[in-house]
Amino acid sequence: MSVAHCGDFRQSYKDDMKVLETRFVRVSVGAFLVLLYVFPLFMSNYATSTMTTIGIAVIGALGINIVTGFTGQISLGQGAFMGVGAFACSYFMRILHMPFWIAMPAAGLTTAAVGMVFGLPSARLKGLYLAIATLAAQFILQYLFIHMEAVTGGSNGIPSPPPEIGSFAFDGDRSKYYLTITIAVLAVLFTTNLVRSRDGRAFIAVRDHYLSAEIMGIHLFKYRLLSFAVSAFYAGVAGSLWGMYTGYISAEHFTIAESINYLAMIIIGGLGSVLGSIFGAIFMTLLPQALTVGTGALAQTFPKIGFLIMSFKDGVFGLIVILFLIFEPDGLAHRWRQIKAYWKLFPFSY
Amino acid sequence: MTESSERTVQLEVENINLRFGGVMALDGLGFTVRKGEIFSIIGPNGAGKTSMLNCISGRYHPQRGSISFEGQDVTRLTPAARARLGIARTFQNIALFKGMSVLDNILIGRHTHLKSGLFRGGFYLGPCRKEEIEHRRFVEDIVDFLEIEHIRKRVVGTLAYGLQKRVELARALALDPKLILLDEPMAGMNLEETEDMVRFILDINQERGITVILVEHDMGVVMDISDRLVVLNFGEKIGEGTPEEVQQNPEVVKAYLGGEASVFLGR
Ligand SMILES: Nc1ncnc2c1ncn2[C@@H]1O[C@H](COP(=O)(O)OP(=O)(O)OP(=O)(O)O)[C@@H](O)[C@H]1O
Ligand SMILES: [Mg+2]
Repeated sequence: MSVAHCGDFRQSYKDDMKVLETRFVRVSVGAFLVLLYVFPLFMSNYATSTMTTIGIAVIGALGINIVTGFTGQISLGQGAFMGVGAFACSYFMRILHMPFWIAMPAAGLTTAAVGMVFGLPSARLKGLYLAIATLAAQFILQYLFIHMEAVTGGSNGIPSPPPEIGSFAFDGDRSKYYLTITIAVLAVLFTTNLVRSRDGRAFIAVRDHYLSAEIMGIHLFKYRLLSFAVSAFYAGVAGSLWGMYTGYISAEHFTIAESINYLAMIIIGGLGSVLGSIFGAIFMTLLPQALTVGTGALAQTFPKIGFLIMSFKDGVFGLIVILFLIFEPDGLAHRWRQIKAYWKLFPFSY
Repeated sequence: MTESSERTVQLEVENINLRFGGVMALDGLGFTVRKGEIFSIIGPNGAGKTSMLNCISGRYHPQRGSISFEGQDVTRLTPAARARLGIARTFQNIALFKGMSVLDNILIGRHTHLKSGLFRGGFYLGPCRKEEIEHRRFVEDIVDFLEIEHIRKRVVGTLAYGLQKRVELARALALDPKLILLDEPMAGMNLEETEDMVRFILDINQERGITVILVEHDMGVVMDISDRLVVLNFGEKIGEGTPEEVQQNPEVVKAYLGGEASVFLGR
């Protein structure tokens, strides 16, 4: 019951600044974390591996939310940045013989550097013009993925060795899941803290009113560039994990479609919201799978038009996304807050 | 008032020319502001008052002339660099961070004083937490001072106009400035809100020792609280001095022709 948190009894600023404000919330989040870790013990390998892809998507979505949702710069290059991370991580492991635990952060930093380079136009460009510049980044990187064969294996792709601790290799569904979900939880924590401290607030200020941000002493270009770097770092880590997940990376995965997918995640989940990144990642990962199952079942029931139904899948996907944008323009996280506010006062509706 | 002439010069504006295409927004404008005074800039609509504040805060770069603050030439500095030197401002049209809470808006004012970067912030380690609490305390002092405790958690975009003006003042104060530029802080306010604002400005000036440059159309207020003022017309200075001197300046009186003039000059 919610009797516990009617009223405001915070005693100190420290109390007031807690992320998880009430005991009820703390307990729920704790329970959720436990659930995350025991989940694979009860679930199929398929479900576990789907959860792994959600974890990776959460990290990538948090990243693009930092540059787009929090700092207000539309990025159409998150997919390509993930590719940079994946190829870099594999390269560091195979050629430089780094262990994954060093290769992954190194891949993150490499991607951050690449992200910074492609963020340079933010010195002069804003809004849609900047978005087009990031689109250029996407295509330049895609071109490099195909043509830098020594690093990326060109159009054949390249293997990605599994992380290892001693003789234990992370090559099973469960171990991949545990690694991914742990990093995803860390990414959520880091982002939550970031946006309630100095640099994160500066990002939001740059988004909301860049002229006043500058008047308050915020170096605009520094923060615009930094947001690109941080965002790309997340993408690099997510890409490294993607390499681990698939075991083999090819340029095909890191196209503009993937970038748009990530943009859609945070728009649907909630721009400038950590929770929204999570919701969006879940939604955009599960929806296509649900549609595949749904249309597959339909096609079996009506075998004559089965092919037709299957081909509608992408259209239905697009339609659902558009409907969401129309009816939930503020994102799932916003709806979630409204539902929470409602239950807090239940049964009094005002 | 007499003591103000003995105070040291804090801001020196010399021979500023600012042009927008064919419009001469500021024409050879110069004046000095002394430490600790309330200095007003008045003039009819379009006279160049906001443009002058923009030159001081670094938003506009004049084609000619120089501005120095506490002995340092700031003419070429970015707005952010000037903020770090201790120049804060509010805007004629509210320019808050609409998506943020009142507290977060004011905390942005602490930006230049906070030290935790990306990593300390992201991990929210001890020093970062300590720093956040310490600066939260600073911000809460301002919140108390401006009597906005009841709205501290609200998102600013949803607040009434008068309150937003107050939050903007709070944000500027959080910078802990030496000089604050106020662009029409009472515009659009009712009598009670205006009285509150006057009280705040006087307190800022007297208790916190912050120099104030005030742009305001409410002549009653300006003549009441200013130590000195300049009068602009079409970007040119047509008068300067104490309120009494300005009110008797024939050129100023001429610029504000007719019956309205006497009202304007508070006579
Ligand atoms: N960014 C700009 N671009 C073009 N012209 C400008 C710009 N800013 C100011 N001006 C012009 O400069 C002149 C002075 O404008 P300013 O805003 O400084 O006047 P003001 O004294 O603040 O007037 P008000 O009392 O209406 O606020 C006006 O003619 C205005 O049109
Ligand atoms: Mg003005």
